[in-house]
Amino acid sequence: MTRTRTGYLLALVLALLSAGCTGAGDDAAGGRITLRFQSLAWQEESVRANKELVGEWNATHPGVKVEYVQGSWDSVHDQLLTSFEGGEAPDIIHDASDDLADFAYGGYLADLRELLPERLKADIPQRSWRAATFGDGIYGVPFLQEPRVLIANATWLRKSGVRIPTPEKPWSWAEFRRITKELSGPGRYGVAWPLKEPVSATLNLSLSAGGQLFHRGPDGRVTVRFEAADEVVPRTVHDQVGTDHSAPGSTLGSGGSDTLPGFFGGRYAMVPLGFSYRQQIVQQAPEGFDWQVLPAPAGADGLTQGVSPQTLSVAEDSPHKKAAAEFVDFLLRPRNMVRLALGDWMLPTGTRALRDPALHTTKDGWATGTALAARLRPAPAQSVRGYPEWKDKVATPAFQEYYSGAIGLDTLRERLEKDGNLVLARYQR
Amino acid sequence: MRTSRQARAGQYLALLAYLVFLAFPFLWLVSTAFKSPRELGSLHPTWIPRHPTLDNFRQAFDEQPLLHAALNSLLAALAAALIAVLVATPLAYVMARHRTGLARVATGWVVVSQAFPLVLVIIPLFLVLKNLRLINSLPGLVMVYVVWALPFALWMLVGYVRAVPAELEEAAAVDGAGRVRTLVSVTAPLLAPGLVATGLFAFITAWNEFFFALVLLKTPEKQTLPVVLTHFIGAEGVADLGPLAAAAFLATLPSLVVFAVIQKRITGGMLTGAVKA
Repeated sequence: MTRTRTGYLLALVLALLSAGCTGAGDDAAGGRITLRFQSLAWQEESVRANKELVGEWNATHPGVKVEYVQGSWDSVHDQLLTSFEGGEAPDIIHDASDDLADFAYGGYLADLRELLPERLKADIPQRSWRAATFGDGIYGVPFLQEPRVLIANATWLRKSGVRIPTPEKPWSWAEFRRITKELSGPGRYGVAWPLKEPVSATLNLSLSAGGQLFHRGPDGRVTVRFEAADEVVPRTVHDQVGTDHSAPGSTLGSGGSDTLPGFFGGRYAMVPLGFSYRQQIVQQAPEGFDWQVLPAPAGADGLTQGVSPQTLSVAEDSPHKKAAAEFVDFLLRPRNMVRLALGDWMLPTGTRALRDPALHTTKDGWATGTALAARLRPAPAQSVRGYPEWKDKVATPAFQEYYSGAIGLDTLRERLEKDGNLVLARYQR
Repeated sequence: MRTSRQARAGQYLALLAYLVFLAFPFLWLVSTAFKSPRELGSLHPTWIPRHPTLDNFRQAFDEQPLLHAALNSLLAALAAALIAVLVATPLAYVMARHRTGLARVATGWVVVSQAFPLVLVIIPLFLVLKNLRLINSLPGLVMVYVVWALPFALWMLVGYVRAVPAELEEAAAVDGAGRVRTLVSVTAPLLAPGLVATGLFAFITAWNEFFFALVLLKTPEKQTLPVVLTHFIGAEGVADLGPLAAAAFLATLPSLVVFAVIQKRITGGMLTGAVKA
């Protein structure tokens, strides 16, 4: 290597070292507060809505500058955990309520009860607040949520002559099973279940049948009991796959997006998906493909189902908690909440935002989803300590084996209860 | 003779199959990057996009600061590669030429250090860098990359140094060359392919690295390409596939270019002409 080339390379390294030697910047440079807002928005419209709102805040609040930081759903837990440990967490944190328990109990998040204005507290229903309440404190503002719905091939359904369910008159689980059988034929299935994450899907839908699975005793200890009501949803899926052959076994290990090509290709009449998947369907559906949104089947408890709302939290270490809470309040004013909901193709939690006409149009199934909002409850397990381990080590493999037909209902029950309670007990000593 | 021809045909077939196996993900990535959303949702995927579009690239650039992130990645990877080679070369020379107990311990430590899981070191590392005020800075990240690449770089270079016959250095000494002159004029040129290969290893490691960059870089203007790529992935693994493929395709290009440019140096025969047969 010549001397000149070595010189260039050394100059490059020195330039890099000197240019990059800056920290995140002083929080209050020039008497102005700077807040970091880490958003997990990822769809084009959603990112745009978030950035526009940050821009509007900055234009109207000269004393408090908010810096938009892009985070990622894929890695948010590890990234936040390290940031908290290192005292470098963003001031305002976007996450999902089922990811908050560890951070809340770990003391990393600020209790928002005294920080939020009455307007915001009153606007969001109590059931949604429960999703972000851990112990006595509230550690996040639940602002967006999505029910699981049935996305259906409208032409197929119309031609078959089956009754089309509505939020007022949904299918029962038994009716759903009968109809999917009726819709099936050689190489065609009434429904395709994408159950890559079988536990949350099963537990959340089981609320409709009165399933509870986690039971908290008077001493506060939680135990798992897989009772008759908990059986309804898993048994339906199991029988559709293994007995009726109205659902293919091949999609059980797939994510929602993986089932869309088969859905568009006329292989499946319906796919149970999160409400926000409509955005992908609008983008990807072939010209002329007629689809519609149907409510998920209802059981003894009607259309009730569990959700883990998206939340906005404030870091406990933030030196400007009040300003951060004011920004959260700004972001979640009814009109702004609607903008965020439309950008993410989800439902807002705020009651005033939910009344916005833009969310009641029949186009793209908005009205059907909005009609379900009042029946959404916190996901059954999100305040149960040890749930992640129970889910990964016990419940996920057990449900996967049950759905694929490798084990029966009794073995499923035994594993969920016996093995599951051993795991939970370790967290409740 | 016939058997030998058949065997050779079998070998070529196996090689072809291996090449197809290796090329498939990349070719599929390229194909996906040029497909429209409707084509991506088709039940019958095609190799050649029916209606090729640049929209995915437009969207990827519109949504995320890809060029800036690529520049950050390039600076971090180049600096890490250069520093790793500069630091590892003299160490490797000492370990290869002086087989003392310390060298053996060092080699053992190098091997063991490769087994450390990232999660084990990330929080202490984060705290150390924070105290040094090197969080959210490319130099901090470069330091981590150098430390992370160093053990393997050292291990690689020790092998290359050992492959240079010590007799050559002795001959140079007999001819009157001093220690430094011998190292610069005799050893270093023969070591060049090894240095290039080691630098390339450090470059690729840093270019592809995700976790450290995710945790250590806070502000958007500092983030590297692998971190920015995850911004195309939503909750429950849902992905904006077209823009993600477009951005990922662009992210693979520098590695390919670097390989294409220097592959001759790696495969060019280390000791050509050095020792007479």
